[in-house]
Amino acid sequence: MTLWVALTINYALPRLMPGNPVQTMFARYQGKVSPAAIHSMELAFGLKTKTGTFGQYIDYLHNTLTGNLGVSFSYFPARVSTLIGGALPWTLGLVGFATILAFVLGTGLGMLAAWKRGTAGWRRGSIVDSGLVPFGLMLGALPSFWISLILLYFVAFKMGWFPIAGGITAGQGIMNWPGFVSLIHHAALPAFTLTLISMGLWILLMRNNMLSVLGEDYIKFARAKGLKDRTVALHYAGRNAVLPVFAQLALALGVVVGGQVFIEIVFSYPGIGNLLLQAVENEDYPLIQGIFIIFTVALLLANFLADALYVFLDPRVRVEAGK
Amino acid sequence: MNWAEIRHNPRALVGASILLVFILMALLAPVIVPYSPTYILFTPNLAPSAHHLLGTTVNGQDIFSQLIWGTRESLFVGFICATLICLIQLVMGVFAGYVGGVFDIVATGITNVFLVLPSLPLLIILAAYLQGGSVFVLIAVIVVTGWAWGAKVLRAQAIALRDRPFIQAARVSGESRWHIVLTHVVPNMLGIIFSNFFGAALFSVLAEAGLEFIGLGNINDVTWGTMLYWAQEGQAILLGEWVWLLVPGLCLALLGTAFGLLNFAVDEIANPRLRRT
Repeated sequence: MTLWVALTINYALPRLMPGNPVQTMFARYQGKVSPAAIHSMELAFGLKTKTGTFGQYIDYLHNTLTGNLGVSFSYFPARVSTLIGGALPWTLGLVGFATILAFVLGTGLGMLAAWKRGTAGWRRGSIVDSGLVPFGLMLGALPSFWISLILLYFVAFKMGWFPIAGGITAGQGIMNWPGFVSLIHHAALPAFTLTLISMGLWILLMRNNMLSVLGEDYIKFARAKGLKDRTVALHYAGRNAVLPVFAQLALALGVVVGGQVFIEIVFSYPGIGNLLLQAVENEDYPLIQGIFIIFTVALLLANFLADALYVFLDPRVRVEAGK
Repeated sequence: MNWAEIRHNPRALVGASILLVFILMALLAPVIVPYSPTYILFTPNLAPSAHHLLGTTVNGQDIFSQLIWGTRESLFVGFICATLICLIQLVMGVFAGYVGGVFDIVATGITNVFLVLPSLPLLIILAAYLQGGSVFVLIAVIVVTGWAWGAKVLRAQAIALRDRPFIQAARVSGESRWHIVLTHVVPNMLGIIFSNFFGAALFSVLAEAGLEFIGLGNINDVTWGTMLYWAQEGQAILLGEWVWLLVPGLCLALLGTAFGLLNFAVDEIANPRLRRT
């Protein structure tokens, strides 16, 4: 359902917008290529079909669903699917690694903040909590492109500790040791930045959930039994508090994807975000559309996986669903 | 939610103070700035000095004047977008949750779709198609992509309030639906609405600066986003002009933190479970 709406928006957008992308493109080609070449390109891009708007729409849906995303304008004659396929692994690697790291660190810190505060007794608040909350808020307010620029300048350019652009040393394969080291070396700063900006959300969500859970009677009981603080925090409160946080993955992925696009742009990382900016700058409409579809499909898939995993993690949901 | 609680919440106080400083900076910008922010005939690449507090850019502009001036558009965009986003959320979230029925089903469907659409890529694509470059285009684009999450939260809250006795009493006394929503439902969820407002402002300010940074705004406006755009274009990194890179982002982060603090503090005040010690 969402996919269909996204596809339709994607189809309608360039056609509703002022200015005709196709004319823009042909204006740029005027005089450079022969009329015959333009004619053949029109045919190739499906611009001169006589099927009418509805027919075009059906064709578009059919093509997209069968993985035919068309041909790029700016990298002609490369296919959009090839370009995206080349960029996708870079982005997935970075996003996957940073999201997991941010989730683990963020929920850990959030748990700590809530525990310190929840057990502080009548002296409301604790130093750890009153430090971690503004820290988390600040991380969430950091413009990703700015923090990337600053790191790029001070750590990569001034100190020379990390490369300032690219994903791997040119001409290097990843299937050998120096290639692998180069890959990690290039990915370190972008991954660090992405982890940093997405961590704040986890800290705050986890802290608030954990505070609610710490007020429950079974926590009081567990402490009264004389269980160790560690056991109560991790196995009694933490396990229950982390579930609703996990359910917020959809929201968090939006933040991560947004940050990712800017980070790739600043670090000239060869992923989807960078490809999107190039496509936008070159007015490469097939490529823009293709990238938007990939983003939507990826987010839908991630949501679906998160839901499935949630059912697996939380027995209560399983029982409800089984009824 | 009342003023005494806000006064005694340190996070709300700090957030409000930072915001107030920025508002004053924006309002008094014409008085404060030592030079016109668009004047370009200073010696380029000056280091910070008494004449140019933060130095000058590659293009010979005074960085301090640009920084002060840039406050205006960020605040303007933040407040306008957050207001518009709140209005949409009022209809798609609060009203839909309260009335239920077909309207609610349709509104929830639309909200769920916007929730999954990747907002930042959509933002970039929309801004690219609408190459007007005017700030109003940016505002429209940000509002369209930024309302869904809050609408979902507000709807849940409106449904929780819907069957409370005082709302039922209002319904029985024959008041109109919008009247009930505005005078009975909304006042009882003001905390969440304000918290959402500051969250939306944070999103809008960052989104606007981001779009301008990659050159999708009007690059001739003086804003924090365009300052960073020109710093990037002007090879500030290679020239070692780190002040130029540092200060606009620092202001963005500060303003964002202020909105974040207010968002968090209002939520905390409105939600007693978070206050339990």
